[in-house]
Amino acid sequence: MTTLIALPALGAVLTALVPSGRGTLAKQVATGAALVTLVIGALISIQFLFDVDMGVQEETYEWIPEFGASWALDVTGISLALVALTVLATPIVAVAMWHEAEEEQRDPKAFFALLLAVEALTLTAFLAQDVLLFYVVFEAMLIPLYFMIGMYGGPQRRYAAVKFLLYNLVGGLAMLAAVIGLYVQSVDAGNPSFFLPDLVALDIDTTTQWWLFIGFMLAFAIKAPLWPFHTWLPDAAAEATPSNAAFLSGVADKVGTYGMIALVLPLFPDASRDAAPVIVVLAVVSIIYGALLAIGQTDMKRLIGYTSISHFGFIVLGIFALTSQAATGATFYMVNHGLSTIALFIVIGFLISRRGSRQVDDFGGVQKPAPKLAGVFLFAGLSGLALPPLATFLSEFLVISGTFLRYRPAAIIATLGIVLSALYILWLYQRTMTGPVRPAVEGMPDLRTREVAVITPLLALLLVVGFFPKPLTDAIDEAVGPTLVEVGVEQPEPLAPVAEHVEEGTGR
Amino acid sequence: MNAPTIEYAELAPLITIFGAAVIGVLIEAFVPRKVRHPVQVAVALLALVAALVQVILLAGTDIVAAVGAVAIDGPALFLQGTILVLAIISIGFFAERRLEAGGDAFAPAASSLPGSEEERVLVRERMLQTEVYPLALFAVGGMMLFPAANDLLMLFIALEVMSLPLYLLCGMARRRRLLSQEAALKYFLLGAFSSAIFLFGMAFVYGYAGTLRFGEISEALTANVGQDGILLAGIGLMAVGLLFKVGAVPFHSWTPDVYQGAPTPVTGFMAACTKLAAFGAMVRLFYVAFGGMRTDWQPMLWAVAIATMLVGAVVALTQTDIKRMLAYSSIAHAGFVLTAMVAADSSATAAILFYLATYGISTLGAFAVVTLVRDSGGEATHLAKWAGLGRRSPVLAATFALFLLAFAGIPLTSGFVGKLSVFTAAIDGGAAPLVVVGVIASAIAAFFYVRVIVLMFFSDPAPEGPTVAVPSLWTAVGITLGAAATLLLGIVPGPLLDLAQQASQFVR
Repeated sequence: MTTLIALPALGAVLTALVPSGRGTLAKQVATGAALVTLVIGALISIQFLFDVDMGVQEETYEWIPEFGASWALDVTGISLALVALTVLATPIVAVAMWHEAEEEQRDPKAFFALLLAVEALTLTAFLAQDVLLFYVVFEAMLIPLYFMIGMYGGPQRRYAAVKFLLYNLVGGLAMLAAVIGLYVQSVDAGNPSFFLPDLVALDIDTTTQWWLFIGFMLAFAIKAPLWPFHTWLPDAAAEATPSNAAFLSGVADKVGTYGMIALVLPLFPDASRDAAPVIVVLAVVSIIYGALLAIGQTDMKRLIGYTSISHFGFIVLGIFALTSQAATGATFYMVNHGLSTIALFIVIGFLISRRGSRQVDDFGGVQKPAPKLAGVFLFAGLSGLALPPLATFLSEFLVISGTFLRYRPAAIIATLGIVLSALYILWLYQRTMTGPVRPAVEGMPDLRTREVAVITPLLALLLVVGFFPKPLTDAIDEAVGPTLVEVGVEQPEPLAPVAEHVEEGTGR
Repeated sequence: MNAPTIEYAELAPLITIFGAAVIGVLIEAFVPRKVRHPVQVAVALLALVAALVQVILLAGTDIVAAVGAVAIDGPALFLQGTILVLAIISIGFFAERRLEAGGDAFAPAASSLPGSEEERVLVRERMLQTEVYPLALFAVGGMMLFPAANDLLMLFIALEVMSLPLYLLCGMARRRRLLSQEAALKYFLLGAFSSAIFLFGMAFVYGYAGTLRFGEISEALTANVGQDGILLAGIGLMAVGLLFKVGAVPFHSWTPDVYQGAPTPVTGFMAACTKLAAFGAMVRLFYVAFGGMRTDWQPMLWAVAIATMLVGAVVALTQTDIKRMLAYSSIAHAGFVLTAMVAADSSATAAILFYLATYGISTLGAFAVVTLVRDSGGEATHLAKWAGLGRRSPVLAATFALFLLAFAGIPLTSGFVGKLSVFTAAIDGGAAPLVVVGVIASAIAAFFYVRVIVLMFFSDPAPEGPTVAVPSLWTAVGITLGAAATLLLGIVPGPLLDLAQQASQFVR
């Protein structure tokens, strides 16, 4: 597992050492490193999903013994899903950046080095079994991302980068106070430690739990933007390069929702139980608010940014519904939302690079000169609105049905969010792809080979995971169960077995 | 009447430094001008290295030497060693001669009137001024004695031996001499005031306890119950003197002017070492002598810590000069150290020692970087001139960004581990609200550190911008060491934390 993290880290260093001006070499080194990481990630996944022994095991090394902090890594079903997403997404984003880089005035070397650095840190966050280690990488991730947004992208990128960093830093510092508070609890209990199982075993009184819960949740609610802490995301999504925006909202921000399900629920069961109604309300607001604002956007990247807020609302809703069905759905949703958002951002990147504009109004009738591009766009869009049998459908269904068991009104309102998602995606398609061909769109080239290479794996994955979700959902289910037992709420009977085929109900 | 016993072996480091300083004065008088510079630098370095070796050999000593006047124990030796390491690097920066066309950073003769004919002649003849080395040695000697002083009189003497040479050094800048002389005058006047107040407080404490020894004062606290008024006045007045030296609010007003006006190598030396020595002395005085009055002085430190953190962070936001900004940032850092001091136990001492060591080395590195960014008028310290530095010399800008991130306390830098230690000590000592304020101040402070990074990396260089001078090997090595230590202690802080932990017991 350390290998999995060391590879991209080493790749980042190697990429940074490539002499300036040799952009192509830097791209090759970085993409190579990302692909090797993918292979290792695949080995771990195979062992975990299909019980084939690949020699992967949990690892614990002393790191800062003075604080009882260790370099402790372990795979659970939840982390596996996200590790798989990360190792898959990074090479795709790297290749997508190849031709975006040609349009940048800057040497792309730094972007690729930073991308790999973020990959290493993200993987560490998903595997960490030590709260201090998790915190360290959670915060350290901000710096490379900040440089990625600030150095490459649109005219307002400096503003977006600083906003991104400050928002997340404030959340991170609140979490730092809570991390220290948690540690002091373990000191008082006579066993100073940052090791997650040790901390979960602590018996913390409810008032203290509340304070710590607020510290952690603030950080995660900013990271995985939950209304009203979301305002940095649309700016970052709009100003960053398309592939960077894809990576940011598709992969990096999942650390926030992962933190909610893997740290907050087991560490602060009482507070989570008590706060669930509040968080559920915020999540529902996020779903509707994000969707409504997405409908109103004229800037395509900002539009996708708002759809992400809506989808993150679904994920948070699933986590805090506190039913195993919804939690499984939410975790599964993280993966699928990652895939579909990356696909959407990348396709929009293709459009922008052809036209030099992010405005919806500058397009129209694209499907005539570039039918393949339009087809890919529609496919990615439909995965975004959770059309069966694409992977996103199942996760959305699980979240809503799982929520329905406990918070009926929330589930009903969330369903409205699905209707709205159909609206913004299809309307976006209609405005850009159909209708009379705009003069500026005349002669727009269709997909190039490299673009096909980038987008095909994503779309294929969405289909495969949609048709064969069972190994992954089972693995997630297994991990979610104990977490919810920890929270100690009654599990209602599920409405329907998970894998049973469901009547189409997406409101289309 | 017995003759006093002097433990020469334990006092050897101090004797070495003071001896070398006296020899330096003689060199200044008798060695021909041509070879004076190399001889002075060599003597200073030899003395510092020899003293450092002696300190290392003394590790583990735990005695009260010189008839109770000097304590040679863990905290004293830890701080003496750190001060010596920082001083060795500082002397290297003092001796840097490749940056200034006219020589080094110091005026050829501090006594010549700025702008006078005499000054022009001296500059033309390329005279170099060498008094700075013996002065610096005296200051280092005072700094080493300050945290080791174990009676009130020795504390006062050390304070003066440390301060007087610094007043002089501040007024010796080669460029902007009037500003420099004004800084020296301000520093001297305010410093003399604070020394007098300190002395006044000493008299009160002596009047109350009838002794100068810390240990005996501590015993007197339990014996003289019910006459606390005079003692509290004494503690308060002495605290004013010490808080002035560490640059805490409301006794901080000298800091920005002095930091800005002093020659930058001196600023770095002062910012790093004075704070170390003064905090060391303060912690010893308050823990060893006034430990029994904890409940009386803690509220005062609470107020000072909160004010210091907030004022330092907020006022730094408005600065446009890099040296002034770093000055206010150093004020905020004094506040962070005070949060741990409030906790008042041995884990707090260890946290403070670690924080001071890491902060010192990052500060020294940061000021060394400032000496390299130059234009026709000398150092370009105005923030606007730093725009686009990241494109001109990415390595230097990245190094400076690393120091800034360490000041902001971002994980994977030594600053984070330091912050974690002091905040943990504070929460452990029941000062959780202080940590909340500390977190808020950190967030505010992050903003201006980030602003400099934005300037360096995301802005385009101005056509008339400054250039980055190529320093001699010594400065380059100094900066590299600082950066390496900042990064390494952020990733593997264990060894230094261990050392600080072992050195955290005061001899009583």
